[in-house]
Amino acid sequence: MARAVTTNRKIINTAVAWGIGLLVFFPILWTILTSFKTEAQAIADPPIFLGFDWTLENYAVVMERSDYGKYLWNSIVIAGGSTILGIIIAVPAAWSMAFVPSKKTKDILLWMLSTKMLPAVGVLYPIYLLFIKMGILDSKIGLVIVLMLINLPIIVWMLYTYFKEIPGEILEAARMDGASLKEEVIYILTPMAIPGIASTLLLNVILAWNEAFWTLNLTAAKAAPLTAFIASYSSPEGLFYAKLSAASTMAIAPILILGWFSQKQLVSGLTFGAVK
Amino acid sequence: MATQHSRSAARLMMAPAVILLLGWMLVPLTMTLYFSFKKYLPMRGGDLGWVGFENYIRFVTSSSFWPSVVTTLTIVGGVLLITVVLGIFLAILLNQPMWGQGIVRILVIAPFFVMPTVSALVWKNMFMDPNYGLLSYLWEFFGAQPVEWLSKASMTSIITIVSWQWLPFATLILLTAIQSLDSEQLEAAEMDGASAPKRFAYITLPHLGRAITVVILIQTIFLLSIFAEIFVTTGGAFGTKTLSYLIFQRVLESQNVGLGSAGGVYAIILANIVAIFLMRIVGKNLDA
Repeated sequence: MARAVTTNRKIINTAVAWGIGLLVFFPILWTILTSFKTEAQAIADPPIFLGFDWTLENYAVVMERSDYGKYLWNSIVIAGGSTILGIIIAVPAAWSMAFVPSKKTKDILLWMLSTKMLPAVGVLYPIYLLFIKMGILDSKIGLVIVLMLINLPIIVWMLYTYFKEIPGEILEAARMDGASLKEEVIYILTPMAIPGIASTLLLNVILAWNEAFWTLNLTAAKAAPLTAFIASYSSPEGLFYAKLSAASTMAIAPILILGWFSQKQLVSGLTFGAVK
Repeated sequence: MATQHSRSAARLMMAPAVILLLGWMLVPLTMTLYFSFKKYLPMRGGDLGWVGFENYIRFVTSSSFWPSVVTTLTIVGGVLLITVVLGIFLAILLNQPMWGQGIVRILVIAPFFVMPTVSALVWKNMFMDPNYGLLSYLWEFFGAQPVEWLSKASMTSIITIVSWQWLPFATLILLTAIQSLDSEQLEAAEMDGASAPKRFAYITLPHLGRAITVVILIQTIFLLSIFAEIFVTTGGAFGTKTLSYLIFQRVLESQNVGLGSAGGVYAIILANIVAIFLMRIVGKNLDA
């Protein structure tokens, strides 16, 4: 029996929630607004909220100053490539853990997650050396490999939780009908697992897109993604708030839009199936 | 009903992931251990021979070691406290009936999608700058002296920035958990005369236990290694040098790989202590 909620209470809830929501979102909103201001308006005292002359000039300047397209492409290749490669490696592993579990399955899963706790900085120099030896420093393929490896535990874990919810009887029925292991995976499991794989893909693209230790330390001019593009704005040079805002907006827009569209799928993935 | 055949197939299917992760863990780790026992200065002579435990002793006896451990734990602890407490509050709030709930949720979740370099730069310049930052205007508006956030209140500033990034995550997970709470139970308690704080303490909070564990585990993994937020804002100055950042400086800025590697080993040990601690809680709490 649902309790009747008074309209008054609903109004208060709405006001408080919107207030807090806007407060949390405000830094992003402010960045987007500032990106359309002139530099002088960007630091006006008192600050101008909406009543400024909207301009696209900052975007033009940022595009001219650095090759946004190149950074964007690098980000797409690195985030997308590492995620897809990770999923290809993780699907069989997660499949076997979910459907042929042994006593060690839980230990292996926890061990995998624990490798994520190894501080990256502790192995920075070895990786740096190995990359030089292999000739993949400042290359997209190098970053695809590293980001795939650091996100692999999360991918395995997420897929495992999704696979576990697929009823085993279906697989047994298929086996009875004479399906081979390969057929079982391709024709039965994969179609049922598509939603789970999709949310895993999304979350890991976001994580890889925003990863800022390896991408900053292992790239220079050639393979630098958007994290490095934006870091080049870290030393101030005269009036630069509006340009910084334009560059920031360009760096976060793709993933912000992707994230908003897929937030429902993300939630289930983020909790590793531990929270229902 | 796993047969012998499917068992060995399963092992085979697990092999690539396990081998890759083992390699990813062991190869660099072995190299770090190797360098940590050497005097190794890439720009000044390269490999200058074995030095035993000298690097280890120098690293812990350096005046910046203990402060960096304290800084690391303060940031992790501070951010966890803020995000969990505010997250619970926001989750309860967002679970109330209201208009435009979906939009509010989108607004609250947004910071999670912002890359750390961007959020650090935006906060540093557009909010925390002592001359032009919005917070300075706000302070002046109320007649207060603007604060030089990143130099005078550096830890507060960093914890604020990082908490802003992680609040959406905590809120989302806690909201998911709270939605599965049986509202009839709360109503029954209310009829029996339980006050709102009591209902929260005895029904809502225990229900959230598992979700809080997940939030703490996952955030700790990411928070122990925050880098960009410090790199971009203070560069490790003003008491914000975490253990990770200290090692980063030893290896890259002073080009002392031996010393940095010894530090890396300490960081790995610290991470493992935290990991063992967390895994025990999580192992109990999650049925993997």
